[in-house]
Amino acid sequence: MTGGGARIWALHAAVLVVVFAAQYWLSPYHATNLARIMVLAVFAMGYNLAFGYTGLLSLGHALLLAAGMYAASIPAQLWGWTAGPALIAGIAAGGLMAGAVGLLALRTAGVSFMIVTLMFAQAGFLTILYFAPVTGGDDGFALPAASRTILGFSLATDTPRFLAAFGLFASGLLASLALVRSSFGRTMVAMRENEERSRMLGYNPFTVKLAALVISGLYAGGAGAAWALLFGYAGASFASIQYSILPMLYVLLGGAGTVLGPFLGAVLMFYLIEFASDLTSAYLFIVGLALVILVLFAPKGILGTIRERWARWLP
Amino acid sequence: MTNTLLHPTRRGLLMAGGAGLLTAALPGYVGAQAAPIKIGFQLHRTGIGASYGRWYERTAQAALKLINDGGGIAGRPVEILFEDDGTDPKRGPEVVDKLTQSDGSDVVMGTLFSNVVIASAPRAGELKVPYLVCSEGYHVASGILNRWTMQPGITDVRSQITAMAPWVSANLGKKVAMIFPDFAFGHDHRDFFTAAMAAQGGEVIAQIAIPPTETSFTRYLPQIPAETEVLYHVMVGPAVLTFVKELGEFYGTGAKPQFFGFIDSLEAVDTATPGLEFLEGSHFWEAHNRVKPADAGEHEDAYRAAVGVDDNGASVSDAADIATYSHMFSTWETLFAIKAGMEASGYTGPADRQKFVEAMEAMTDLPYGIERPQGAKVFNGKTHQVFGTQNISQVQGGKLVRVHQTSMADGAYGDAVDYTTMAF
Repeated sequence: MTGGGARIWALHAAVLVVVFAAQYWLSPYHATNLARIMVLAVFAMGYNLAFGYTGLLSLGHALLLAAGMYAASIPAQLWGWTAGPALIAGIAAGGLMAGAVGLLALRTAGVSFMIVTLMFAQAGFLTILYFAPVTGGDDGFALPAASRTILGFSLATDTPRFLAAFGLFASGLLASLALVRSSFGRTMVAMRENEERSRMLGYNPFTVKLAALVISGLYAGGAGAAWALLFGYAGASFASIQYSILPMLYVLLGGAGTVLGPFLGAVLMFYLIEFASDLTSAYLFIVGLALVILVLFAPKGILGTIRERWARWLP
Repeated sequence: MTNTLLHPTRRGLLMAGGAGLLTAALPGYVGAQAAPIKIGFQLHRTGIGASYGRWYERTAQAALKLINDGGGIAGRPVEILFEDDGTDPKRGPEVVDKLTQSDGSDVVMGTLFSNVVIASAPRAGELKVPYLVCSEGYHVASGILNRWTMQPGITDVRSQITAMAPWVSANLGKKVAMIFPDFAFGHDHRDFFTAAMAAQGGEVIAQIAIPPTETSFTRYLPQIPAETEVLYHVMVGPAVLTFVKELGEFYGTGAKPQFFGFIDSLEAVDTATPGLEFLEGSHFWEAHNRVKPADAGEHEDAYRAAVGVDDNGASVSDAADIATYSHMFSTWETLFAIKAGMEASGYTGPADRQKFVEAMEAMTDLPYGIERPQGAKVFNGKTHQVFGTQNISQVQGGKLVRVHQTSMADGAYGDAVDYTTMAF
């Protein structure tokens, strides 16, 4: 992952230019879908930092997504916060929740870590249902239109919504790229590859992994807050197990441990569901089949395979 | 000889011009007449709502055929575009988007599950597309949605619950224990029924909330107080049958309170299923009676025949395939409400969507007829919610037999919102 810095930055800048320009040539329907995909990709990028780079296989990221979603939407609902402060609250809540979970869950590793994170997420899901008078429970609630504004622009309209999603996505992508190319990024990879050797070299695995998890939580919280603010809804279903699995699928499909993999995975999975659901009501079967084929023939995901065979410089 | 092509006569010119105008106008005229009205249907084909979705689709298809056989809407044919939302609040708004922006639907309808409705309604409002839900939830009339969202085909859960309390307290008992799922749907039952019983001089003496992840219920049942006169139960989801069976095992052959449940606990389930014998004599709320009542209205037979349901509420092709009879009429009645609203507003295309909503808001009395086989209704244009009658049935010989029908006034409550004052 060293060298080729200009080429790497140029590639990522080009991706951002294409995504930004897409709003001008896509139909409103597909442009709105792209806004959704960018928010989901931010969630997946965060997951990728924990799982793809640091080797933390979490099954509890729905909790971090929901923490951000509710930290943004409850103040918007109760106190009329606008999108700017609500988004910041959401990002912070994702990070704080990840820190709190990490302090306990990182005492375990491997399968135990998966189970502990899953249990935390399930407890969070039930807590949201329990406090239904505030959270809306499984029904959820629609955010007031007045709160869905930023700098005077309504996020309920197409262009501001796309730009807000793009802003979050671009910041997330560039920060992710900078992080994995930094010395801390290489320490994260060292934890994934050989924790004991890293410890012997003087790194504290607990603090490195906790920091990686908190950064991952900031992404998840930002994505949850953005989803609520851009699409106007917060509900307990976003805290369900499904939303712990989804980012993992995006990352596995696009390529774990690649910066662009989560975005690629989110795009492909979104449109795979879109097209498969036109063909059959058993569209999840097609999605599952695609994943089985992927795991069998390209276990490192699409960009992971490309990196392995043709472009070793891909970050 | 004069060349008429180079030197046309005046009559020739007029005829040619007239023919040209006709030729130009005719395809446009025929095209406008033939262009179908597209109704997008957000369908729970998969996910937790799938058993409802299957019958919603079937009922809507039957209503569609009747409407098209009768000349369509304002003389235009109608087509329904079904799109599965997986009963998923994330997918819901994406489906509204697809039906409206990609498929060109004039209106969107059909959603049942409350969370999908609440997640999708903001997107319908942004797209300014009429969104007609078949959900029962008290979310339209509570005022949390928007002017584009309406529920003209089924009463809401607040009205249904309120209408039950007078009969329950007068006929079954005053001391009620409630068992309900510990999420929003159950909380609506808990709150509205507790208040409605208090208004009748009754009392809810225990509220037993079951976590939604629970698959076995035996440890909750001892919480039912011994002095309970009526056990009110409303459960939904895959564990429903387990719940009902365990309730039967808990009481065994000993003394038991009167049972009163919402049919949601047994929608699409045969009441004669082995293990449910203990339900004999117990009572259920039904919006539309699954088993055809002896005094059913004159349009009941035609409705059942059109949808393909026999007198027991099962599919005519499979007696074990029980319909979601108490809910599915909502899609039928919503389609006819769309027809009435479009014809009243002179709807010609998406530019008239606002006129359509205003015409819907102006509706009031919706009399009984083949358009409304469940019964007469009154639409409240301010709250965008319809009101109607409810039924109470008793299990007799393994079948649900209607023993009471409420009046419309029994389910009335004050307006919480006036959508007509909101901007479009």
